[in-house]
Amino acid sequence: MPCVADWLNNPFSIVQGIFAQNVPNSDWEKKVTEYFREKLKENNATNWVPSLNDVPVHYLKPNSLVKFRCMVQDMFDPEFYMGVYETVDPNTNTRVLHFGKYRDVAECGPQQEIDLNSSQTVTSERQTFYCVPVPGESAWVKEISFFTELVLFVLNPQFYGYISASQARVSPSTSYTPSRHKRSYEEDEDMDLHPSKQKEQHLGNSGGGDIHGCVEPKRLETEASAGHHLISPNCSPPLDLNFPLPGEKGPACLVKVYESWDSFKVNDVLEVYGILSVDPVLSIVNSDERDSSTLDPVESMDTAEEQRVHSPPASLVPRIHVILAQKLQHINPLLPACLNEEESKTCEFVSNFMSELSPVRAELLGFLTHALLGDSLAAEYLILHLISTVYARRDVLPLGKFTVNLSGCPRNSIFTEHVYRIIQQLVPASYRLQMTIENMNHSRFIPRKDYAANRLVSGVLQLASNTSLVVDETQLEQGQLDTTGVHNVTALGNLITWQKVDYDFNYHQMEFPCNINVLITSEGRSLLPSDCQVHLQPQIIPPNMEEYMNSLLKAVLPSVLNKFRIYLSLLRLLDYSISDEVTKAVEEDFVEMRKNDPESITADDLHRTLLVARFLSLSAGQTTLSRERWLRAKQLEALRKARLQQQKCVNGNEL
Amino acid sequence: MSSPASTPSRRRGKRGRESNPPTPQDARSPPSQKPRTDDSTSTGDLQPMPTSPPAEAQSPRAPDALFSSPPQFRHAAIPLDFDVSSPLTYGTPSSRVESTPRSGVRGTPVRQRPDLGSVRKARQVDLHSDGVAEDVVETEQSLGQRLVIWGTDVNVASCKEKFQRFLQCFIDPLAKEDEDIGLDLNQPRYMQRLEEINMVGEPFLNVNCDHLRSFDENLYRQLVCYPQEVIPTFDMAANEIFFDRYPDSILEHQIQVRPYNALKTRNMRNLNPEDIDQLITISGMVIRSSQLIPEMQEAFFKCQVCAFTTRVEIDRGRIAEPSVCKNCNTTHSMVLIHNRSMFSDKQMIKLQESPEDMPAGQTPHTVALFAHNDLVDKVQPGDRVNVTGIYRAVPIRVNPRVSTVKSVYKTHIDVIHYRKTDSKRLHGVDEETEQKMFTEERVELLKELSKKADIYERLSSALAPSIYEHEDIKKGILLQLFGGSRKDFTHTGRGNFRAEINILLCGDPGTSKSQLLQYVYNLVPRGQYTSGRGSSAVGLTAYVMKDPETRQLVLQTGALVLSDNGICCIDEFDKMNESTRSVLHEVMEQQTLSIAKAGIICQLNARTSILAAANPIESQWNPKKTTIENIQLPHTLLSRFDLIFLMLDPRDEAYDRRLARHLISLYYQSEEKMEEEYMDMAILRDYIAYARSYISPRLSEEASQTLIEAYVDMRKIGSGRGMVSAYPRQLESLIRLAEAHAKVRFSEKVGTIDVEEAKRLHREALKQSATDPRTGIVDISILTTGMSATARKRKEELAQALRKLIQSKGKTPALKYQQLFDDLRAQSDTAITKEMFEEALRALADDDFLTVTGKTVRLL
Repeated sequence: MPCVADWLNNPFSIVQGIFAQNVPNSDWEKKVTEYFREKLKENNATNWVPSLNDVPVHYLKPNSLVKFRCMVQDMFDPEFYMGVYETVDPNTNTRVLHFGKYRDVAECGPQQEIDLNSSQTVTSERQTFYCVPVPGESAWVKEISFFTELVLFVLNPQFYGYISASQARVSPSTSYTPSRHKRSYEEDEDMDLHPSKQKEQHLGNSGGGDIHGCVEPKRLETEASAGHHLISPNCSPPLDLNFPLPGEKGPACLVKVYESWDSFKVNDVLEVYGILSVDPVLSIVNSDERDSSTLDPVESMDTAEEQRVHSPPASLVPRIHVILAQKLQHINPLLPACLNEEESKTCEFVSNFMSELSPVRAELLGFLTHALLGDSLAAEYLILHLISTVYARRDVLPLGKFTVNLSGCPRNSIFTEHVYRIIQQLVPASYRLQMTIENMNHSRFIPRKDYAANRLVSGVLQLASNTSLVVDETQLEQGQLDTTGVHNVTALGNLITWQKVDYDFNYHQMEFPCNINVLITSEGRSLLPSDCQVHLQPQIIPPNMEEYMNSLLKAVLPSVLNKFRIYLSLLRLLDYSISDEVTKAVEEDFVEMRKNDPESITADDLHRTLLVARFLSLSAGQTTLSRERWLRAKQLEALRKARLQQQKCVNGNEL
Repeated sequence: MSSPASTPSRRRGKRGRESNPPTPQDARSPPSQKPRTDDSTSTGDLQPMPTSPPAEAQSPRAPDALFSSPPQFRHAAIPLDFDVSSPLTYGTPSSRVESTPRSGVRGTPVRQRPDLGSVRKARQVDLHSDGVAEDVVETEQSLGQRLVIWGTDVNVASCKEKFQRFLQCFIDPLAKEDEDIGLDLNQPRYMQRLEEINMVGEPFLNVNCDHLRSFDENLYRQLVCYPQEVIPTFDMAANEIFFDRYPDSILEHQIQVRPYNALKTRNMRNLNPEDIDQLITISGMVIRSSQLIPEMQEAFFKCQVCAFTTRVEIDRGRIAEPSVCKNCNTTHSMVLIHNRSMFSDKQMIKLQESPEDMPAGQTPHTVALFAHNDLVDKVQPGDRVNVTGIYRAVPIRVNPRVSTVKSVYKTHIDVIHYRKTDSKRLHGVDEETEQKMFTEERVELLKELSKKADIYERLSSALAPSIYEHEDIKKGILLQLFGGSRKDFTHTGRGNFRAEINILLCGDPGTSKSQLLQYVYNLVPRGQYTSGRGSSAVGLTAYVMKDPETRQLVLQTGALVLSDNGICCIDEFDKMNESTRSVLHEVMEQQTLSIAKAGIICQLNARTSILAAANPIESQWNPKKTTIENIQLPHTLLSRFDLIFLMLDPRDEAYDRRLARHLISLYYQSEEKMEEEYMDMAILRDYIAYARSYISPRLSEEASQTLIEAYVDMRKIGSGRGMVSAYPRQLESLIRLAEAHAKVRFSEKVGTIDVEEAKRLHREALKQSATDPRTGIVDISILTTGMSATARKRKEELAQALRKLIQSKGKTPALKYQQLFDDLRAQSDTAITKEMFEEALRALADDDFLTVTGKTVRLL
C-alpha cells in the first residue's frame, strides 16, 4: 500500500492537494471528507489509525491522522476561523491561498504575511467539544482495542516499519508489551489515595490470565507529561481535566467539529478520526496572553480561569480536527462498530452469534449463579438487568429501564465488591458507587456549570449511555446527610425513576436524559427507588469469599468471557415487538389476575411483568413475545414475590 | 446581505487593520475588492484614494482616517496648536470642536459612541454640509447625487431625510407596548419621544426597528446591514430635528439613537459568520459581568522640554506614542499625562442563551458583550435580557511580535440597547408582554387546529398520553393550563379576581399522580415542581438574605413566586406541614404573597395555578369516608380548589382490559409510531401559549343567563333540605372554567357550550370528591365546611338524644363517662362510636350544659 503512509502520516498534504485542485469553488471540503471516508472503508483501515486512547500523545506525530474514542463532556461556544486565507510575501508580492480548516494556527512562511484584508478570505464556523475517554470504561475494552491494533502493526511489516521509524519507540517489544507492566513507586504511593484505582489494579493482577493493565504505560506517560507541565516555571496549579469519575486517567481532548455538530449531544460517545494538533504555539499563547492582555483589550475579555480551561497546553489536552466523526451505539470492541443491517458482514456476524446463543446464555447463567452464591433466580434477573436499556420515552416516562435492587447482601463483606468486579468483566463501562455518608456528602454527583471558567464541571452522574452503575448501599451507616448529601440522593433517585439528571446551571437547572443501568446492592430494601427488588438467597457460603471469587474468574476461559461480552452488548440492540394474539392473551391474563386478587395486582405489576417478558425474550434471542415467555415471566415474578413475602414474614415489620 | 466571504474584509476596511502594521503597499491597496451593492459606485469610490492627503503614506493611521474618521478641518474651529497637515488631525475628536457656526446644536457636545466601533467618532451635525459628510465618497456626479458611504449602499442625505420623515410622521397603528404610557397614540410617536427628551434630559432615543420596517423597508435593511454607518446618520437626523424644535434645550451631550428589536429576536445558536458587523438582537440570560474597565479614548501627551501638548487617539487598543515633539523636535520627550487623557467606561458581560431556546441534550452557548458608557452596570447576572448590538469578530494574534495569527476569531457584541425581559416580574404590571413569538405559519396552524370540532378532546388526549384514561382529570388540567380571563376590579375595591384554576388530585398511591404532575411541569414554561414533604414555607414563598459582599438585603424568591403566571406543582400535598400550608391560603385566593421580614415589607405577585396531589391518610382510599376524612386537609384550603379529582384504581374488568392493552402497546410500539398518534408536545405548548397571550374571552349574554340558572339550580338542590349547597366561590369557579374552555376554542366570547362543559366538569369533580359516603348524595358542604349536612344533622340528633338521656336520669350532678356511653348505645338503634359520643358531649359542653373532667361528666 504505497499511499498508506501519506494519508495517515501527513493528511495535510492530501488536503492541500485537493484544495489546490478545487480552489475557487467550495466543494473541496466535501471532497476531503469523501476521500478519507473512502480510505477508511478499505479493509481494516480503521485499525491502522493510531488511537489516542492507547498511544500516549507524545508518541504520536503531530499533524497525523489519529482516532479517539470519547464522550462529549462539554460543548464550548462555536468559533469563527479563517476557512481560506491569503498570504503575501512583501518582497516579491506573490500571493498564495491557504486553507485554515483543520488548523489552529494560520500558517505562513517565514517571509510571508497574512493578508487579513484579502477578498479571498472565507470565514467559517466550527464547534469545539471537550471530550474525555468514556468514563468507567472497563480495562478489557481498552485492552482488546489495543491488541487489535498491535496485531495489525505486526501483520503489516511495511506499516510497522514506518511506525517504528517515524515514531521513536512505538513498537510492541518495547513500550507496549503487557510484560513491561510493573508498578512504579509513584503509583504505589498514590494508590492509597485512590481506592478505585487500587481496585483497577487488583483486576489487573488477579482477574484472569490475560488481563493486564495495558493502560499502565499510557497512564505513566500522561502523568509524566502532566508532571512536566507542573515543573515548568510560572505555571498555575495543575489543570483539572474534568473527568466525571474520580481517579480516571487518560487524555482529554479538544475536538473541533466542522460538520453537523448539532447532531451531537453532551454525553454522546463518539469515535472521531481527525488530524492531531499539538502545536507548541498553542501553549505559548497561554503564557503570552497574560502579558499582552494589557495591550489588547479584546483578549482580556476572558478571565484567566476561562483561558486556562478553553486553551489548555496542547501537550496535556491535544486538539483533534475532525474529518470524520460517528456516534457509537456501543463501545464493545468485540462487535462491529456499526450494526446496521445493510452490511453483509455484520449480518453474518449477528446470525453466527445467534446460532450459538442458547449455550452462551446457559453458561452465563451458570457463571452468574456461581457469582451470586448459587442463587439462580437472582442470576436470571441480573441477566435481564444487564441487557436492559431505555428504548423509548413516552413523554416523561422512560421505557425499558430495569433497575434491580439486590437485597439481602451480607453486610460489610467483600461480596458486593466482587459482584461489581464480575460485572466489570462483562460490560464495557461501569462504575461502583459506594454509598457512604462521607461519599454522599462530599462527592459531586450533579454536573455544575462554572461560570467563571465557563465550563461544565463534571459529576459522577455524567455517564455515557448504557453504563452500569452499581450502587453499594451495604456501606451506608447511620448518619447525618447535609445539603449536598440530600441533593445527591435526590439526584440518584431521579436518575433511577426518570432516567434524567438535572444539571445545575446556577440560575436554572437543565434536564439531561440519560440511559444508565443501575444495580443497587443492599441489606434490606434500598432507600432508593427501584423497578424490582430481588432478595438474595445464597445457597453456598464460601469460607473465603476472596478466593472463591478469584477462582471463579480464573475458571472462565477468555474466549467464553468474550462471548458473554458480545452476548450482553448485542442483545441490547435488538428490536422487539408483541403480536396481536399475544396481546390478547396477556390482556386476558391480566383481567383474570385482577379478578382473583385485585388488591395485589396493579398496573405497576403489569408494567414490570411486561418488562421482564421483554428482556426474557430478548435474552433468548427472540424478538417477539411468545406465550411461553410470558408464562415464564409470570413465573419468575411469582418466585421473586414469594421471596419478598417470605422475607417480610421473617422480619415482621420489614418493608 | 453581503456574503460571509466579504464581511471580514469589509470590517477591516473600515476599522483599519487589526493587527498588521500597515505597509505602504497596504495603504495603497485599492479597495476595489470590497463588495459594492451599488454598481454605479464601483468605479467612483476608487477616486478619492489617490487624492487623499499625501500624509497618509507616512502615517499608520491614515487609512483609518480616510475611511472612517471625520476630517475635522472642514469645520471652522481648529485649535491653533494643530498642525493642519499632520495626519493626526484626521483623528481629532469632534467633541473638542467647540461649535459649528449656525448649527442648532451649538454648545451640546457630541459624545463618542464606542458601541459603534472603537475608532469611529460620531459626527457633528452640519446643516450645510449635506451630502458632503465625511465618510461619503462621491460618485459619478453627472448621474445625480449618488453619494454613498464607502463600502455600503447608504446615501447619507437620503438616509437622513428618510429617517427624519420617519421621526416626524410615524404613528404606530398597533401601539400596545407597555412603555407607551402617557403617549398620545394618534400623534407621531417619536416626536413625542423627542419632547420627552427635552423635558427629562436623557439624550437617548430608542427606536423600535419594527416600526422602522413598517415605515421603510429599505431604510431598515440598511440599518441592519450597515449599522456602523447608518446609526450616526440617524443621530445626525434626530439631533437636527431636536435642536430645530428645542433650540434652547440643554442636554448633557447630543442625542444618540438606539435601535432595538432588530429583525427577529435571534437565537444565539443561529449566529453565523454572515451576521458579523450587522445589527442583531438576541435574547439570553446574563451570567457574569466584569468590573468596570476604563478604556482610554484619547491620550494626552506633553513635551517635557517645551510643554507642547498633543492628543493621540487610541487605535485598536494601542497608543501611538509620538516619538518626536513636533514643536521643538526633541526626541522621546513626550510624556503621557493621565488625568488629562480621556477615558470611557466599558464592561464585559457574558450572555448565555435562555434555557428555553436550547435543544435538548446540549449545553448552552455563551456570547461576550461589551457595554459602553451608560449601559455599563445596567444588567446584573441572572437577568433575562434582549440585547441589540453589532456583532464583531476579531482575529487573535498568537504573539504581538510574530506575524502568525491564530486562525480563530474572537467574537463579541457591542451593545447598543438592552431590554430586560422579566424586569416586571416583581412589580404588578398586568399585561406581561409574552416574549414568545409565533411565526405566521405557526399561527395559521394553530388557528386551523382551533377550528376543529373536537379540539377539546384532541388536546386533552394529547396531554400525558402515557397515562391511561382519567379523561375528565386531563380535561380539568387542560383548562387549568389555559386559565380564565383576568379581571380587574380594583376600582370597585375588590381587587383582582383570580383567573387561575387550582386543582387537587387525590387518590390511591401508584395511580400516576406524580407522573401527571411531572408532565405538566415539563409542559409549561414557568412550572415549578416541589414535594410537600421537602418544602418549607420559606422555600415556597420568599426569603430575605444578606449579601455577604455588599451587606445588602436581597429578596430571594421561592417556588410560588417563581411560578408567577405559571403552574406550581406540589406533590405530596398532605405531607406538607401546617405552617407551610397556611402560606397557600393567601396565594390561592388573593394571588399575592405578603412578606414582612428584616426590614423588607412587600407584597409579591404569585398568580400561579396550583396543581397538587395528595395521598389518603390510610394508605388506601377509604370509600366509606369523605374526602376530608381521607386526606385530612383543612376545608378552608380545600374550598380554594376549583376542582378536586379522585384518582382511584377502578376495579372493573373492562377497564382492566383497556389498561392492559394500553400498557402492552407502550412496550412494543416504536418511538416514531407513538409520535404520529398523538399531538406533538411542542404544538400543544404553542397552542396554550398562544391562547394564553392572545385570547381573553368575555361572557356573552346567554352564557351569563346559563350561569345564573346553573347557580340558582345548585342553590335550590340544597335549599330543599335546608342547607346551603353552593357558594359564590363555586360560581366563580364555573366562570373560570367556562372562560378557559372558550380559550381552548380560541373564542373571544364565552358561549353556552362553554358553560355547559364547565358545569359538567364541575359536577363530575364534585361527584367524585363531595359525595357523602353515607347517603350517596353530592354535598358541597363536605368541602366548604368539612362535614356533610347529613353528618351534621346526625351529630345534632345525637346530642339531643344524649341531653334527653341525661335529663331523664334526673338531678344528678355527676355521671360516669363509661356508664353514660353504654346507656346511650343501649338506647340508640344505630351504632354509636366513641368518637360520635365524644362529639356529642363536646356539643353539649359548648351549650354550657355540662363539662367533662377526666372520666366524669358534670352537669352545670
